[in-house]
Amino acid sequence: MIQFPEVLKNDLSVKFGTNDFKFLTTPVGDHVIEVTKETTPALLRYLKEYAGFNFLMDVCGVDFPNREKRFDVVYHLFNMKERSRLRVKAQLADGEAVATATTIWKGADWFEREAFDMFGIIFSGHPNLRKILTHHQFVGHPLRKDYEADAQQHCDSVLPIHFDNTPDQRGDALDNRFVPINIGPSHPAMHGTLRVMAELDGETIVRASAEIGYLHRCFEKMAETHPYNQVIPYTDRLNYCSAPMNNVGYCKTVERLLGVEVPARAQAMRVVLCELSRIIDHVVSVGTGGVDLGALTAFFHLFTYREKVYNLFEKLCGARLTVAMTRVGGMAQDAPEGWFDGVLQFCNEMSDGIDEISKLMLGNKIFIKRTQGVCPVSKEDAIDWGYTGPLLRASGVNLDLRKSNPYYGYDQYDFDIPIGANGDIYDRYLVRIEEMRQSIRIIRQAVKSMPTGDYTIRDKGIVLPEKKDVYGNIEGLMNHFMLVIKGLRPPPGEVYDATEAANGELGFYLISDGSANPYRLKCRPPCFAIYQSFPSVVKGAMLADAIATVASMNVIAGELDR
Amino acid sequence: MQSQGTQSVDDMSRSFALTTKLDAIVAWGQRNALWPLPYGTACCGIELMSVMGPKYDLARFGAEVVRFSPRQADLLLVAGTITEKMAPILVRIYEQMLEPKYVLSMGACASSGGFYRAYHVLQGCDKVIPVDVYVPGCPPTPEAVLDGVMTLQKMIKDRTPRPWKDYWTSPLLSGGSNAGLPGQMFAESGRVIGALPKVVAP
Repeated sequence: MIQFPEVLKNDLSVKFGTNDFKFLTTPVGDHVIEVTKETTPALLRYLKEYAGFNFLMDVCGVDFPNREKRFDVVYHLFNMKERSRLRVKAQLADGEAVATATTIWKGADWFEREAFDMFGIIFSGHPNLRKILTHHQFVGHPLRKDYEADAQQHCDSVLPIHFDNTPDQRGDALDNRFVPINIGPSHPAMHGTLRVMAELDGETIVRASAEIGYLHRCFEKMAETHPYNQVIPYTDRLNYCSAPMNNVGYCKTVERLLGVEVPARAQAMRVVLCELSRIIDHVVSVGTGGVDLGALTAFFHLFTYREKVYNLFEKLCGARLTVAMTRVGGMAQDAPEGWFDGVLQFCNEMSDGIDEISKLMLGNKIFIKRTQGVCPVSKEDAIDWGYTGPLLRASGVNLDLRKSNPYYGYDQYDFDIPIGANGDIYDRYLVRIEEMRQSIRIIRQAVKSMPTGDYTIRDKGIVLPEKKDVYGNIEGLMNHFMLVIKGLRPPPGEVYDATEAANGELGFYLISDGSANPYRLKCRPPCFAIYQSFPSVVKGAMLADAIATVASMNVIAGELDR
Repeated sequence: MQSQGTQSVDDMSRSFALTTKLDAIVAWGQRNALWPLPYGTACCGIELMSVMGPKYDLARFGAEVVRFSPRQADLLLVAGTITEKMAPILVRIYEQMLEPKYVLSMGACASSGGFYRAYHVLQGCDKVIPVDVYVPGCPPTPEAVLDGVMTLQKMIKDRTPRPWKDYWTSPLLSGGSNAGLPGQMFAESGRVIGALPKVVAP
């Protein structure tokens, strides 16, 4: 049984006086501090400045309509040095406000806006507390339990150009010395559904703003209305460039709450799937990044390799893009014969492809001029904004969950974490291309040491029996019937778990009330934290650099807006 | 003046004749030079990249000239979920396209909302714009999209009647006013349907 760290407990007791705090460690080993809303900002500041919790990973709300104070505001912190996590929770009644954390972490900005939009939780002192995901004509707060999941509200207009109301700026008022420009949401450089607004002085961006929510598909509400295993297809469509990674992240979270460990073969298969996905995600990122800079060849060339991975996925499960290959407890099915040979063959072809592409792009004079030294993000800023993944590492911070908090046997594989130096756009592509090479190394090792054995656990309360048992014997039939009717029911409790996805830390915060559906599932998408820094990163840069910046951030609307 | 060995158009027309109907030859041109506007919003957009990409290559069907400007495109490829927030933009883009124009709805979300029966998802882009071809799948395979494009080509060739388009009226209020009545904006075949759905006030 893991205990709450005594040192931290004593520190906080000395500093604040113990009465306010409740220290808990959940059965799965998450450390939680429950605190009143008045003490929250002071505690968060202390935790950041003296206790080493330098990352604010997530801020979200939870609704308990039958409680006296119906909302929980939940902060997830990460300590990079000790590689530990901490959850801070405060209760709020409807209409009450908690002081904003944007004064402590810049990265709290959009997360708090989202909690406001979804629950109506007010963060006092937030510079720009307005809707973020739902449209401007939307009435109500959809993630409250009393809002019906399918109550649609139509929208018949588009907001005019608007800007964030940061204190040093003019808000939505335009200055007629500058040219306002609107890019997106339907624009080739905006990767689907992003909308960027900027005010230009000549070619220079005076200020910029990003509007999101054009692909808000209500993932979290859908998760609350579906049984655990039926949520998996929805996770496919978060970061649809690397769907298996989302499956793995979600299933890992549920498995952790259930307290089960998947068999070694399933773990290794998940590693192979994840690393294949990492490669094809970076392929899209690098390819479309080139397209945005006018280099179409890289895209067409790289897509050949993406098709090869699609073929592998298709052999494995029949789907190309949205695979839904994992189940809670393991994999949906075993790999067909010879599949791993195909993976190894792909690795050989891909490593040639990576060499070609790195020559084609990283050595290209135009590419270098367009990216080197453009819109760099410093180490400190990157941490402050909540960057994770390739962008954080491009800024020179050595953090990769596969190394720092290894899961699925990543500690047994020999691979390196590429780190950039300047945090500019060039370094981001440098890191991504090197990560593809490292992924190939991991895949080769994982395939070589692929364990034999079962691909899933055989717990009757978690995993459906195989079809031959369902149709072949009465136990299998009964088991199938009971599990489908009753559903997979994790014990009441909560868990936060994260994996290193292609874009960074993909976290899931899951609350179970013991029923067949998740009570609350919060997804912490990596690019949400990254993209919120966009307006300040491109301030003072050229308009064309802003396009290059959006591309290098690899913002995937599916996981950004969920 | 003409140089030796080449024929003038006049000479050619004497030695070579083609009889056709004007409609048929126009349709031949239209269906073999569709310029698509890829309105890729979500996962289907990624599969659409495969359709355009080297293996499946939409260019073989004469539709490789991808235009992001609605003024230059005549085939709107709606690839991906259309949310309520996105709907007015989709309508505006459709309105900006020049005639003749066609719409292909790619995937379950664009066709019906898919498995997102949710508060912020439009239950099919045909609620706001007229759709000519629906391609099922989540996402559809590139082969299915190619089949959809071929179906559309056949429709153009046969000059299939398109009543859904003929009776379509814009759900956005005319005059560019943003102050619309939400319950009256969604029309189907020119008929106003449905009031604002029930919303449980929190």
